[in-house]
Amino acid sequence: MSELNSKIPEGQLQEKWQHYKEHAKLVNPANKRKLEIIVVGTGLAGASAAATLAEQGYKVKAFCFQDSPRRAHSIAAQGGINAAKNYKNDGDSVYRLFYDTIKGGDFRAREANVYRLADVSRNIIDQCTAQGVPFAREYGGLLDNRSFGGTQVSRTFYARGQTGQQLLLGAYGALERQIGLGNVTMHSRHEMVELVTIEGKARGIIARNLITGELEKHFGHAVLLCTGGYGNVFFLSTNAMGSNVTAAWKAHKQGAYFGNPCYTQIHPTCIPVTGDYQSKLTLMSESLRNDGRVWVPKTKEDSEAIRKGTKKAEDIKEADRDYYLERKYPSFGNLCPRDIASRAAKEVCDEGRGIVPSGFGVFLDFSDAINRLGIDVVKARYGELFPMYQNITNEDPLKTPMKIYPAVHYTMGGLWVDYELMTTVKGLYCLGEANFSDHGANRLGASALMQGLADGYFVLPYTIGNYLADEIFVKPIPTDHPAFVEAANSAKERSENLMSIKGKRTVDDFHKQLGKIMWEYCGMARTAEGLTKARKMIQELRNEFWSDVRVPGELNEFNPEFDKAGRVADFIELGELMVIDALNRNESCGGHFRVESQEGGEAKRDDENYAYVAAWEFKGVEADPVLHKEELKYENIKLAVRSYK
Amino acid sequence: MKFYLKVWRQKSDKVAGKLVDYTIDNINADMSFLEMIDVLNDDLIRKGEDPIAFDHDCREGICGMCSMYINGRAHGPHHAATTCQLYMRTFRDGDTIYVEPWRAKAFPAIKDLTVDRSAFDRIIARGGFVSVNTGQAQDANNIAVEKASAEKAMDAAACIGCGACVAACPNSAAMLFVSAKISQLALLPQGGPERTLRALGMIDQMDKEGFGNCTNIGACEAECPKEIKLTNIARMNREFLKATIVEE
Repeated sequence: MSELNSKIPEGQLQEKWQHYKEHAKLVNPANKRKLEIIVVGTGLAGASAAATLAEQGYKVKAFCFQDSPRRAHSIAAQGGINAAKNYKNDGDSVYRLFYDTIKGGDFRAREANVYRLADVSRNIIDQCTAQGVPFAREYGGLLDNRSFGGTQVSRTFYARGQTGQQLLLGAYGALERQIGLGNVTMHSRHEMVELVTIEGKARGIIARNLITGELEKHFGHAVLLCTGGYGNVFFLSTNAMGSNVTAAWKAHKQGAYFGNPCYTQIHPTCIPVTGDYQSKLTLMSESLRNDGRVWVPKTKEDSEAIRKGTKKAEDIKEADRDYYLERKYPSFGNLCPRDIASRAAKEVCDEGRGIVPSGFGVFLDFSDAINRLGIDVVKARYGELFPMYQNITNEDPLKTPMKIYPAVHYTMGGLWVDYELMTTVKGLYCLGEANFSDHGANRLGASALMQGLADGYFVLPYTIGNYLADEIFVKPIPTDHPAFVEAANSAKERSENLMSIKGKRTVDDFHKQLGKIMWEYCGMARTAEGLTKARKMIQELRNEFWSDVRVPGELNEFNPEFDKAGRVADFIELGELMVIDALNRNESCGGHFRVESQEGGEAKRDDENYAYVAAWEFKGVEADPVLHKEELKYENIKLAVRSYK
Repeated sequence: MKFYLKVWRQKSDKVAGKLVDYTIDNINADMSFLEMIDVLNDDLIRKGEDPIAFDHDCREGICGMCSMYINGRAHGPHHAATTCQLYMRTFRDGDTIYVEPWRAKAFPAIKDLTVDRSAFDRIIARGGFVSVNTGQAQDANNIAVEKASAEKAMDAAACIGCGACVAACPNSAAMLFVSAKISQLALLPQGGPERTLRALGMIDQMDKEGFGNCTNIGACEAECPKEIKLTNIARMNREFLKATIVEE
């Protein structure tokens, strides 16, 4: 086991980033023109990084699997983006945002990174506003804020229920501007299928042109992975259908360590599962918890009556309702963090008090808010969220409470990166949800957009210079270099293997089975016994996949089913690593809840033994990965029991 | 539920396509339209046939990727919804359903129900942004924006770029899409300095891509999943007119 160097700058917490920026190496404009950077993924992190690097003068090549960079899944984020602007004059500050984020992450994130994130959060709002992002405003014409889970101030900026969309379109506009100026070459409908390294440095990628099936070789002096999270390992999640781990996983296999893979965020407010045919789960924004109250009946009998349809929510008297979040966490109530709200929902449902036929669902009730504010105010506040719910469920939440249940939403784990966002492969960077860095074991609401844009607009464009300054003499490497040829051949061979199996089961079949294993054993509650069993099941599933999957069509054509097969093959391997990581972490923290580690029904951390980042090194599909630890040193805050009571 | 589907199948833009009949049974009323297609595809794969290629991603009505023309309507019979937000309970048991791709010269076919909408990106690249490099911005609250304007800008910004407006228009015009972006930025002070260049550039590119002209039919507004209003086209026309006068 080797020590990982996180390259945290010296000095006071508040001064580290400033100090870093003042001393990082620079690349002069004439040299920037000679340097090529590959950006994979065009969500908030990728689009903002690609645009900013191009503005600075680098030659950028950007890739996305969707038909347009504007469709990356960042677009689906609803609620908002945090920033320590203190526009509400409610006592907010950079330090408070930093502290809330560290605490929200259950003291498993790196102090220096999180402080930097809180610091640049303010610049993000300025930048996006200048781009014409239509944030919500007050009558005086200034920006409005709302509150979000896990905090006691209002620091969340929003654009109705479409904040992610508007921020992404801002970044996409900046990217398209650079494409129009010729500074970025855009490759849509392309998927990275291999990382190319030469002498230990990332030097390019092999990308599959999804329309023609051609394997293309692309050189870059540096490679940025901005490819999002891997929640789809669970099959059912709030992620888009195409969201995948493939790029990050290929990088992992080429030497990039994977950090804290077991940290998964299960979001408390999603529409419950109703049937086997379901392809995804839909999130109802956390902002609904501002005005919605979560409850189940106090008795199992009432719950059963609701499940059977003999009683309705309205039939349960106030005194017979258990507003369990308000009861258990009086100071945060319905606004406690996501992991806590999710676990509490699971708990009441496990007790037999769930209110949907499957037993796994609770009410989110707006009747108090409607009485207090009037129906029009509530409707205006949640814009399209109510019609969206009604469309899916055929029920009107203005008349009867919403039914919700936790679902996989976000992955805090990801490729391990240092303070400069570089992975353990030199010249390979990882930004946004795809890296592990800022959210510890649980992400607070409205922090994902903040991190994606912080990484892309304000962090990476500074830190990459520190590396590229030493690369200015490297001429672009021709793609007939043996490393490119070898990587392309390996991708080709794997593709041909997949096509040649011609088995009996469809890709979705395997994906659903993997998802069930992950949800059952590596979901909201994990045990050593279950995880051990799950690992074996995943290994068996992997063998079965490679001997019985059926992929239709040809390689040299538009073949979405083939693309899906490649992604599921990677998810299966990742699933095993997640289980290994969850088994290794014999404590409960944030979204990772080990049944063996609890006290009084609450998750129990073990700071003495687990205050570290688990960074896993790949050693082969059949071999055990090697664990490397990055100790988390807290110099500015005291580790405390995370209490929202 | 049982349905009789007539689905457009086309191997690529090089060959002609045709409607192919499929019968599908045991469909749950709570399935989304795309989940129904998933079931059909699963069946086709098991039978050794080629599954139907179609674009889709977020499946919650925001990414703009899904793009089916269902029973002669963009995104199907519902008002203000995308295909992924269409549920089978909308149909009657035993219905015949026609499924076709977006059809427009500027959206070349790729395969089956998938078309190439990159023309939209090229239009945005000609001015659908504010030229402000990262780091140049002033404090966000330095410029107050009238709430009513901000709300109108947000209405226009809700466009998801799916292309339903083009598909629904008998002229294959992209004016609703283009005007939504022009309006959003015309309604905000941040968009002011570039409004002339923006209107000229985006409309020039729109014409070059082969989109048609507007003859005030209004099918775009009727079919838009995000309820983008025709008044945006009027605003775009004013912006364009002003821009051409200024340019002289």
